[in-house]
Amino acid sequence: MKMNPKLFFLMLIVAFAYHQTHAQKVGLVNKEWIDAMSQNASDTTYIINFWATWCKPCVEELPAFETIQKKYKDEKVKVVLVSCDFKKQLDSRVVPFIKTNGLKSEVVLMNETDPNSWIDRVDSRFSGAIPATLIVNGSKQFRFFKEGELTLTELDTIVSPLTK
Amino acid sequence: MIQKSIQTILALCVLLNIAAAPANSPTGYVPDDQAIDFKLKNTDGKMISLASYPKAKGAIVVFTCNHCPFSQAYEQRIIELHKQFAPKGYPVIAINPNDKTRSPEDSYENMVIRAREKKYPFAYLYDESQEIAKTYGATRTPHVYLLQKKGNQFIVVYTGAIDDNSEEPEAVTEKFVSNAIQQLLASKPVTKATTKAIGCSIKWRK
Repeated sequence: MKMNPKLFFLMLIVAFAYHQTHAQKVGLVNKEWIDAMSQNASDTTYIINFWATWCKPCVEELPAFETIQKKYKDEKVKVVLVSCDFKKQLDSRVVPFIKTNGLKSEVVLMNETDPNSWIDRVDSRFSGAIPATLIVNGSKQFRFFKEGELTLTELDTIVSPLTK
Repeated sequence: MIQKSIQTILALCVLLNIAAAPANSPTGYVPDDQAIDFKLKNTDGKMISLASYPKAKGAIVVFTCNHCPFSQAYEQRIIELHKQFAPKGYPVIAINPNDKTRSPEDSYENMVIRAREKKYPFAYLYDESQEIAKTYGATRTPHVYLLQKKGNQFIVVYTGAIDDNSEEPEAVTEKFVSNAIQQLLASKPVTKATTKAIGCSIKWRK
């Protein structure tokens, strides 16, 4: 069977366009972004998780963050997964990881070469070991930080009262 | 009765505090603290302590491991640090604190293989009980404690990262550990005594 080259080309374009609209875009963020997030005054609860594709405990807890985002999708709750992978591995590792695992939460990549310049801006208790999570709600003046893993139950216990 | 309850609560607090310490706390050594010596098994089978280096002026203690991409990114730089500073009295002493059950790649047997393959010129020790990492306050790999010998004591003079760019060695603008040792060698105070860096969390035994 020989396929019409024109039809094949058309299909290729459609497939590419589909891929482009559905592949999640990974934004780049910097230390000023951290300040903006941690000092924002909005009534949205931001759950900011620092992770990396190579970090086993981080990867293991990702489903909990996905579940929380799904559970509160109609509330003012926003999960942002901040990848600490090397920038040069964005296309080779991070993007394929998001696709393979079907991540729905927003993923951004920390685009700073010197971690010492931004770690303290997240929280003075943050030593740099990941996973680590910052939860903020500006209008409720709520702030939570933990270096280490969080379970779905722990997350929900924190987030649930903030949606009321 | 009331007193007993208070005692129980206090005891509980102390217990919980200790249990929570490794995961999320700023405890551990800060600059000017005195560091304890250790006796840990090297990849050649011998037991090594700080006291094993009688002529040293100090030591570059690096908590690191096999599996972590950041440790791997810094591996060559750790080797260079040793080659540059061991002759000047500051040898590298690498310590792997990871639990082998949670991170099998970091078992003693795999340490031996890696040290041999990469021809480590420094001691690579196994902190199997994780007591040294806990006492020093290491949270991630790699995590450096630069020690200076004063009499029989080892004083922490710097804690943190090796330099300011883990991804690109050629783009480094500030070599924290190297600068600190240069200052010590010039009998000057260390101007930047603490830094932070992203690293793999230490795999504590569960």
